Amino acid sequence: MHQAALLGGMMRDAPRYGWEMAQPALHSWRKMAEAVQNHVKSLNWGHRVQLQDRKVKYFNFKASFVNKHTVCGVLKGGKEILLSAEHIVIATGGRPRYPTHIEGAVEYGITSDDLFWLKESPGKTLVVGASYVALECAGFLTGLGLDATIMIRSIPLRAFDQQMASLVTEHMAVHGTRILKGCMPLRVEKLPDGQLQVTWVDLASDRRDMGTFDTVLWATGRVPETRSLNLEKAGVHTDPHTQKILVDAQDATSVPHIYAIGDVAEGRPELTPTAVMAGRLLAKRLCGRSSDLMDYDNVPTTVFTPLEYGCVGLSEEAAVALHGEEGVEVYHAYYKPLEFTVPERDASQCYIKMVCLRNPPQLVLGLHFLGPNAGEVTQGFALALKCGASYEQVMRTVGIHPTCAEEVSKLRISKRSGLDPTVTGCG
Amino acid sequence: VEVSPPHGPGRGATPNRRLGDVRGVSVPSPPGRRARLSAAVTSRLSSAAREELRRRLLGLIEGHRVVIFSKSYCPHSTRVKELFSSLGVECNILELDQVDDGVSVQEVLSELTNQRTVPNIFVNKVHVGGCDRTFQAHQSGLLQKLLQDDPAYDYDLIVIGGGSGGLSCAQEAAVLGRKVLVLDFVVPSPQGTSWGLGGTCVNVGCIPKKLMHQAALLGQALTDSRKFGWEYSQQVKHNWGTMTEAIQNHIGSLNWGYRLSLREKTVAYINSYGEFVEHHKIKATNGKGQETCYTAAKFVVATGERPRYLGIQGDKEYCITSDDLFSLPYCPGTTLVVGASYVALECAGFLAGLGLEVTVMVRSVLLRGFDQEMAERVGSYMEQQGVRFLRKFVPVVVQQLEKGSPGKLKVVAKSTEGPETIEGVYNTVLLAIGRDSCTKKMGLEKIGVKINEKSGKIPVNDVEQTNVPYVYAVGDVLEGKPELTPIAVQAGKLLARRLFGGRLEKCDYVNVPTVVFTPLEYGCCGYSEERAVEVYQKENLEVYHTLFWPLEWTVACRDNNTCYAKIICNKLDDDRVIGFHVLGPNAGEIIQGFAAAMKCGLTKQLLDDTIGIHPTCAEVFTTLQVTKASGLDITQKGC
Repeated sequence: MHQAALLGGMMRDAPRYGWEMAQPALHSWRKMAEAVQNHVKSLNWGHRVQLQDRKVKYFNFKASFVNKHTVCGVLKGGKEILLSAEHIVIATGGRPRYPTHIEGAVEYGITSDDLFWLKESPGKTLVVGASYVALECAGFLTGLGLDATIMIRSIPLRAFDQQMASLVTEHMAVHGTRILKGCMPLRVEKLPDGQLQVTWVDLASDRRDMGTFDTVLWATGRVPETRSLNLEKAGVHTDPHTQKILVDAQDATSVPHIYAIGDVAEGRPELTPTAVMAGRLLAKRLCGRSSDLMDYDNVPTTVFTPLEYGCVGLSEEAAVALHGEEGVEVYHAYYKPLEFTVPERDASQCYIKMVCLRNPPQLVLGLHFLGPNAGEVTQGFALALKCGASYEQVMRTVGIHPTCAEEVSKLRISKRSGLDPTVTGCG
Repeated sequence: VEVSPPHGPGRGATPNRRLGDVRGVSVPSPPGRRARLSAAVTSRLSSAAREELRRRLLGLIEGHRVVIFSKSYCPHSTRVKELFSSLGVECNILELDQVDDGVSVQEVLSELTNQRTVPNIFVNKVHVGGCDRTFQAHQSGLLQKLLQDDPAYDYDLIVIGGGSGGLSCAQEAAVLGRKVLVLDFVVPSPQGTSWGLGGTCVNVGCIPKKLMHQAALLGQALTDSRKFGWEYSQQVKHNWGTMTEAIQNHIGSLNWGYRLSLREKTVAYINSYGEFVEHHKIKATNGKGQETCYTAAKFVVATGERPRYLGIQGDKEYCITSDDLFSLPYCPGTTLVVGASYVALECAGFLAGLGLEVTVMVRSVLLRGFDQEMAERVGSYMEQQGVRFLRKFVPVVVQQLEKGSPGKLKVVAKSTEGPETIEGVYNTVLLAIGRDSCTKKMGLEKIGVKINEKSGKIPVNDVEQTNVPYVYAVGDVLEGKPELTPIAVQAGKLLARRLFGGRLEKCDYVNVPTVVFTPLEYGCCGYSEERAVEVYQKENLEVYHTLFWPLEWTVACRDNNTCYAKIICNKLDDDRVIGFHVLGPNAGEIIQGFAAAMKCGLTKQLLDDTIGIHPTCAEVFTTLQVTKASGLDITQKGC
């Protein structure tokens, strides 16, 4: 859906590049949703085929523990099945959280679990939350031409670099998403015409305000799927606050032969590729094929907001907290992607920053990239960090001209110098 | 000034820093390998190392007004430093006891000056001597005379050619306080096309090429967008004029930016053609034929290359090259592209993407010098996109059938394998068969600068110096170096720093990443598979590969077995990645970071240990499992 939104941007660029269209294009949610859903269904099917190919038995039921070695599943007809195993892996993930304390939230709101499966356009949408899910959804809805508002209680993208986070939201605002900062919803009501009336409070002024929307999307966080597992029957401990399952470095829970991986495990990044790799490594250990543990350091990730944000390693705040203001050197640049020039797109938020140790050889601690194709750009640099890259080594890498990624290899201005970090020309 | 006799203490120094470490520049070594010990620690220097050091020292001496070779604890050195400081003169001081190769420096210095001791002082390239001599020279007034700027030359540096390499060198030299002149003159193409400051990249290379590539990609995006729910009823057509005007406007702003930037840095710029007339002297001829001569202590040749013509009947008269294409005032229509260089394939690719009928005539292989498996894949995707390839043919004559914008041309071509000839009619014939260095009409022979007679390229040593010591070269004119803008920029900048900034860092030409912006982009870094086999032998290599299906292509129903990733690992060196190849969307953005990782000694294990970013194309490199040797299937199953 992000790609659909990006294509919308490209269609706006196209006339400047000589493509003649009599009228601007309109977007059909129905068509997009059908295409996206068909692809997802083909993936579901692919997973089932793969399990079958590898002779993994698959049951479509909700499971819960009976004891340390046994789980129980209930089939559609109500028939119960008991399954026992030497090792059990819990990988039930999480589901979006509903703010149940808000009147009308559950009744009238939806979550990302529903959004991607909507057959009709959500129309004018209020997205509540400041997680990457919230920003991504609000971003692509805006890009598809819908009226989208995002309501943020405190700060966006908590745990991410905050300078980058504010550039991300700044770009979203320029891109047309309405942003209500420091606001909290109080009530959702359905009006006779079917629209949803939301009442919220501005936390700074304590002023109340109201607005009507077609859809209210909660993206205020996710809850691990642990409550219906009867974990206590197996003796598996969870964190009382997050309800996530407590695990050790081997991914073992409080019960040595029961493991937990992915979003359901406490303290793990909620990312698909980490879950995939953790699962693979765990299987290898269980089969005695290797003793490798999952390395959760320097996990790269990308937020697919209209202007993508890719990062790996430490945020500037975290680096300073660890090494002190004096121990950290930050190199940065505002750059303009070449493709932005012809359609005269605004590049005010295209920004890169590399967080390094200050002492030679200035080890790179973190890289933050805001711009087109951030995911593609960040992956290789994640490798460079893994290889223990120093600032000098990155600078000695010849750039690929003309790309956005090459700007990373040309970061010459340190924040400390106070010089203007705006890139001009090709030099 | 006479050479001074030995005097003062000459004790051995404690090596703890190398000469190269003036500003913390050190040669990186991949993790897990021990850094090589500096060979310069002992005084037993190989003749090559001695020659190298000698050149460095001469560079240092020539590049600075005052150079003092000193030892930090030597009281005589301190007195000399105080003297210059009291005269308000900035000195470049090298403390021999604080560099790793101080002993060797002292040895080479004694060869150069017949003086073994410190301090050892040079003023404006003249060896003054030690402490006593310097004070004597001060008293006699000689020192003051020496300190006056060298009046013999108009400029410290003249750069011939205002492209990526020349401009970066000129600007850096000016930043370092030197008096610099840039001569730039674009000889119009046979079709009469010329352009402004900035060289090939900005005017007739990377910039317009990538923008036209982007225009073609947007055409693809328009097609894709229907699958993503965007609705527009009308047929979409491309307007060549709108695109070209927009691109030329951007280029115009870049030309202007370069001129401004030269002015800000007080680099003199003259729009004239430069030609050596005698040592240290160049004649500049402007568009009106007016000649002026300028002299300089040092010269940098950065004149680049221009497209080659076939040397057949009708080629210069009727054919165009990339020099003309990007500012062509009319749509080229049905086009024959002659050649299989990356320029040929990129131009053919975007012309086809804009909806034109395109044929590529190839003499032998595609993308010579690149990995041939990748090259064939690039070609087959282009074929899939409607580009027609005529393999193993070369044009023999081009005739005009009709004048016009565009007109009609008949091309007769003959087979490279037999007597067969074919004919074709096209609106435009674009030659992209290679490029020739602009080194033959600039009087290099008058001052004895050697060029490769066949290629016209200039051979240089590892500090970009020609056989004539005060003449240097950067950019595409260099023999055996990659022809890439960022390389030229880097080489130019580092050259200026070595000449005038006392720095020693050399341009690193190893593992240079590059990308071919064909409809499906191809990025690579390090060895091609063929070259790797030649260098390391097949049995010592492991090649991992896979086809992949970008997520964005799934919904758009584009082919699931086109994009391809391949790495070549050296089994004898910890499975180090020595070749990295990707064919897919945004290859340029993908490969940059991996190139940095290769600089840091990337291995297969590290790739496996790194978490992918989901969903991207780049993540495919973190999950490569199938080796080519295994022969296992790498096709991706569709829905």
